[in-house]
Amino acid sequence: MTTRRCGGATYITGMRPQDILLPVASGLCCKPGGFHIDPVRPVERAVITHGHSDHARPGHGAVLATQETLDMMRLRYGENFAGSTQAIRYGEEIRLGDTSVKFHPAGHVLGSAQIAVTCKDTCIVASGDYKDAPDPTCTPFELVPCDVFITEATFGLPVFRHGDAADEVKKLLASVALFPERAHLVGAYSLGKAQRVIALLRQAGYDAPIYLHGAMEKITEYYQSRGIALGELRPVMGMKKAALAGTITLAPPSATSDVWTRRFPDPVTAFASGWMRVRARARQRGIELPLVISDHADWDGLTATIAATGAGEIWVTHGQEDALVHWCQSKGLRAQPLDLVGYGDEEESETPLQDETEA
Amino acid sequence: MNRFAELLDRLAYEPGRNNKLRLITCYFREVGDPDRGYALAALTGALSFKHAKPALIRDLIASRTDEVLFGLSYDYVGDLSETVALMWPKAAMAAHNNPPPPTLTEVVTTLRTLGKTELPKQLERWLDELDETGRWALLKLVTGALRIGISARLAKTAAAALGDKDPHEVELIWPALSSPYLDLFAWLEGRGEKPVNRDPAPFRPVMLAHAIEDTDFAALDPADYIAEWKWDGIRVQAVAGRDERGQITARLYSRTGEDITGSFPDLVPSLRLAGAIDGELLILREGRVQSFNVLQQRLNRKIVSPKLIKEFPIHLRAYDLLGDDENDFRELPFIERRERLETFVKKLDDPRIDLSPTVPFASWETLTAARADPASAGADEDADAVEGVMLKRRDAPYLPGRPKGQWWKWKRDPHIIDAVLMYAQRGHGKRSSYYSDYTFGVWTEGETGDELVPVGKAYFGFTDEELLQIDRFVRRNTTEKFGPVRHVVHEADKGLVLEVAFEGLQRSPRHKSGVAMRFPRISRLRWDKPPREADRLETLEKMLKAEVEA
Repeated sequence: MTTRRCGGATYITGMRPQDILLPVASGLCCKPGGFHIDPVRPVERAVITHGHSDHARPGHGAVLATQETLDMMRLRYGENFAGSTQAIRYGEEIRLGDTSVKFHPAGHVLGSAQIAVTCKDTCIVASGDYKDAPDPTCTPFELVPCDVFITEATFGLPVFRHGDAADEVKKLLASVALFPERAHLVGAYSLGKAQRVIALLRQAGYDAPIYLHGAMEKITEYYQSRGIALGELRPVMGMKKAALAGTITLAPPSATSDVWTRRFPDPVTAFASGWMRVRARARQRGIELPLVISDHADWDGLTATIAATGAGEIWVTHGQEDALVHWCQSKGLRAQPLDLVGYGDEEESETPLQDETEA
Repeated sequence: MNRFAELLDRLAYEPGRNNKLRLITCYFREVGDPDRGYALAALTGALSFKHAKPALIRDLIASRTDEVLFGLSYDYVGDLSETVALMWPKAAMAAHNNPPPPTLTEVVTTLRTLGKTELPKQLERWLDELDETGRWALLKLVTGALRIGISARLAKTAAAALGDKDPHEVELIWPALSSPYLDLFAWLEGRGEKPVNRDPAPFRPVMLAHAIEDTDFAALDPADYIAEWKWDGIRVQAVAGRDERGQITARLYSRTGEDITGSFPDLVPSLRLAGAIDGELLILREGRVQSFNVLQQRLNRKIVSPKLIKEFPIHLRAYDLLGDDENDFRELPFIERRERLETFVKKLDDPRIDLSPTVPFASWETLTAARADPASAGADEDADAVEGVMLKRRDAPYLPGRPKGQWWKWKRDPHIIDAVLMYAQRGHGKRSSYYSDYTFGVWTEGETGDELVPVGKAYFGFTDEELLQIDRFVRRNTTEKFGPVRHVVHEADKGLVLEVAFEGLQRSPRHKSGVAMRFPRISRLRWDKPPREADRLETLEKMLKAEVEA
């Protein structure tokens, strides 16, 4: 984790933070800059943190985001997903209205960014979704000192401790060794999680071909085109049932309890997600092998990051706001939940596939 | 402890029996003595120490965490042990002062001797040393709530698999063993002699019957067989034997060899003659056999109170005698064992133990009639506790398992109703992509005319081909979805009629319909029948009335 200073960080200018960024129905609005961050409705000018569908939506006039995020939006929505686009690099600063906007790595998925908005002497960091844990598929999270830190709270309860993802992958490989006649089916969100699981498997020395559900082929190819080594990947479509014994297949979470699974020999259903920390959540989904691997910071990550930013004021969005706000207040920080609607955990919000779809 | 915790964790999610076996056997292979022995004890319920109360766990977590954060977390997780295991903040320790996590052996042996006042401090130390899963397993263990869906039988079978042995062999010597089972593992791994069961009242593997099919009779000669009523109780083996000092020891075993003596202390004084009786456990009130529903109220009780014993007087109906003080009778033909049994029961002369009467018959026709109407064929007032007839070859030795052609069971026809499929739910494991759990209902008069009321759930009885058909029907006729549950169309002219077979009915305040079925299963799909022609609740109520009055 590297540290970079992004603004003067004082409160003496008289500019209130909510004059810079304000939650409105269409998202987080920056009036002095004339833009919205991750708007949920079409707006004139959008600044987007990362490519997950609840943050990156189509139909905006102009979009400012990292090259990877723009590419992912193009993959998902087609060429005309926005009126115009502008790519920005990590560390690059752009002037928008009366503000300056700077992108920093968020460590969430490939191309994900925190957006630092500075107006006069006040710096607010909208971190989008982030994680401070190592991930071989994206640039590591960068700590950005600021006056106001806007944090997510997907896993904002002290029961969420994600541990080392490498240990979870070991668990998966041990199961593959113990049940060589069964197929292992790993539910993982198509953008980011799937590629991270594959990369972790490769790091653990697993060099057999890994099979992919049709819905994640395109995005995974994109990761490979950005130079992320994922080893040999094959589409699972068209494979003979018996040939899938002893193999690992990645699929969108909704597919792992679907008709689609009948092509696998006695599949072991795994799910890579931070939610797997809680047994009831795993059982509800009928998961046999929960793998606690998350794209989001866990409780320790959230609280450590908040403290390290040096921010005196914390805005908490999407997730378990209450607990995190309470924690901030108990540490003497000003904190409030930010009422933003339309964001969720991508695994929860992912639209289930149609039942009969053979994807 | 962490490795044992990993096993428990994995078992808790694994639905398949064979996969569970493989996981446990793999654990026994990888983990050495004495840890694996204590694990076997934990899985078979053979560990004994005073359990910690939930209040103690709450106090511990309160001393370490913020009250509000704990409250929010507990609300979210919903399980005390799990919440504490996940959010337990480790005490800040110097790097050089990081003790290794405790082994299972250390936990079990410490808990056995630990005083009540020392427990909190000890638990705190362990919680600091273990990881999330380890803490979860520890808390489940110390609170005595290790519910992971493993039977003692399954754990023993997994141990037997380690040495490629028949689980029966392990069952036979089990009473002679104690944790951490060093001698058992030595034998299983070929490093030691087979442990010998010196128990004066050992279990003997049970002989089971095949279900007879209509086509089987043609090849059978009635003269070769003796018939008995098939009683609707629980199959047990009651064994009494003398120890070295000549004292009688008595034990009651389930058909799998589990020692269930503790649940039926009122039968023990009656087992005062050395011998091994194979029989059926029943409840008798004023000389009349009660239905299985009544017996069920006495089963699975943790505490057997004097009131329970008085209200549900236990009785043993004897079928067979496997041995006495000196001899093993299992090689003898059934007819000779039966003679010895008759003498034995007469000599015992105890009101709690009687002989299962034979049903005389000369042809399959007379037996068919007896089966159809046990009351007129000698079962008299006990006819309602008869669930069919048993056929035993006169010359059959007592063989463990289910040998072909020796014993047959011929159950009474089940009750049948036509019900309408209302809701369907995904199955588990292999069936997780199928809608295989069905809630069905019958018609009743509602406020706005006839409506369907759910009367039961079934998830077997159909063939694989039928499962595919129902699954397709459910997917194409879903009216609403609630998580894993689908509402399936059920109107007077639209819907699927299921023929449901079941063994009995019971009143149940828990069900909206007021009735609960015993052993319901789908016996046929009635694609030909419109839902409006399915049965009505009144039909079930009539059946219920008949059962209660009988």
